[in-house]
Amino acid sequence: MIWLGIETANTPLSVAIVKDGKVLAEVVQNIKVTHSVGAMPAVEEIFAKVGMKPEEIDAITVSEGPGSYTGVRIGVTIAKTLAWTLQKPLVGVSSLQALAANAKLYTGVVCSLFDARRQNVYAAAYKNGETLIADTHVHIDGLMLQLAVLNEEVLFVGADVEQFWDKIVENLGERALCAPFTLHLPRATEIIAIAENKPLPAVEEVHHFVPQYRRIAEAEANWMKEQKQVDE
Amino acid sequence: MSKYILAIETSCDETAASIIKDGTEIVSNIVSSQIESHKRFGGVVPEIASRHHVEQMTLVIEECLKQANLTPAELTAVAVTEGPGLVGALLIGINAAKAFAFAHGLPIVPVHHIAGHIYANNLVQPMEFPLLALVVSGGHTELVYMKEHGHFELIGETRDDAAGEAYDKVARVLNLPYPGGPHIDRLAHEAEEAVPFPRVWLEADSYDFSFSGLKSAVINYKHNMDQRGEEIVPAAVAKGFQDSVVEVLTAKTLRAAEEYKVKQVIAAGGVAANKGLRTSLEATFKERNIPFYVPPLKLCTDNAAMIGAAGHYVYEAGIRGDMKMNGKPGLELDSWK
Repeated sequence: MIWLGIETANTPLSVAIVKDGKVLAEVVQNIKVTHSVGAMPAVEEIFAKVGMKPEEIDAITVSEGPGSYTGVRIGVTIAKTLAWTLQKPLVGVSSLQALAANAKLYTGVVCSLFDARRQNVYAAAYKNGETLIADTHVHIDGLMLQLAVLNEEVLFVGADVEQFWDKIVENLGERALCAPFTLHLPRATEIIAIAENKPLPAVEEVHHFVPQYRRIAEAEANWMKEQKQVDE
Repeated sequence: MSKYILAIETSCDETAASIIKDGTEIVSNIVSSQIESHKRFGGVVPEIASRHHVEQMTLVIEECLKQANLTPAELTAVAVTEGPGLVGALLIGINAAKAFAFAHGLPIVPVHHIAGHIYANNLVQPMEFPLLALVVSGGHTELVYMKEHGHFELIGETRDDAAGEAYDKVARVLNLPYPGGPHIDRLAHEAEEAVPFPRVWLEADSYDFSFSGLKSAVINYKHNMDQRGEEIVPAAVAKGFQDSVVEVLTAKTLRAAEEYKVKQVIAAGGVAANKGLRTSLEATFKERNIPFYVPPLKLCTDNAAMIGAAGHYVYEAGIRGDMKMNGKPGLELDSWK
């Protein structure tokens, strides 16, 4: 079974090819190149490196979000188009679950997060494979409240943890742990590892694959608010 | 051997794919419009447009190949709109095009959206040079001179609002639903009289346009009438506004056509679907014996067939995109020859 994994949900980019549980190649980078410029060249390059043709893969998996709207869409568009035109199944994996998987050997609470601007984050928390906080878009203060009540040490993972660190320590004190820097970038190999344990959807399902933004668009939120006011 | 170009267009609120044979013949042409979704906002919301594109893209390309009864192996190249447009929307088409091209080892061809609008005419009537194109849409009002395929010389453009933009804003003043252009066109035809609004000609030798003054004149007129407690006659306002736009567009296009001694004049873009404008241009150029063409309605509004038509000539000129290709929201219309 040969997997192609793609991750472009936030600034980092990762692409990998895994064959029968062995990593053939993986790209992980965290440079400010827009995914529209960086992602397809990385895909092209990784196929060239492993000496494979696109049609030789058996399945594709992509980080379905949450994260930067545009970033998520670029990865999903590439994955959907490849999966549909090559007639391969497509599996979506949460960007937060994939990031937390970097610390899967840690037996305590792991919290993965991405900056969502204006003091908001996309975050999730897990313990030994169990989900404690499902993917959510939340103000950092709200996340701190949710984590504080656990009354446990929490290991934070993600390149954006640094900018919230003061706030985290203020709330959790010595119970806050920061993962080593080598674990802060999402990896396409972890996405593939998670996807391998999910059921393979039918190839026909590819068309209906949609990003998981975890947030409705601002214009839509405003419109819904207006509708509510009209109703009242 | 015939060449088949798969074309993809997602620069605004239409998700579109088409297959064009030899730059002149539509084999299939699929457009998935989002207009119903954007109506509630009174205009196109970029984030909503991008979300719809991701949902529709593969379905639209599949339907396009199915209707054409062609396999990827029978295609010559993939053409895609590079810009101008909404950047988040452009990126969906571009990344889908790149992934498709990579999967099948096909060359990728970048196409300018306005070149596409102009080349929509090539699907109806072979383009003859030298040629003058009047491009009028929600985002553009331009006079483009073409010596030959792939040569574009911008001889006039709007200095403020595009014609279509002015239509949308005036429609809002008149409380007409989005998109307002067709409603103003219809009202203008029903009107018995017209509120007189100014014509903005700019300098005597200029081919540039300006519509923001006209738009303000309409807003001021409505405001003054409201203050006096008088009811406006929407049809008379619509006719007054449309008469002004059409007269200026027609006169400048005619003057340019005569000065540049062109063999053909074409109209392109969403506003070229406007009945008032079509009628005026047709009558004017018929009188002067200058061949004038305008594509049918479905080729005036955004579509991928026009991108395929232009893409064919871009391909023939040897121009290729690559996997690094990015969306260019403010892309200028440069000659490829």
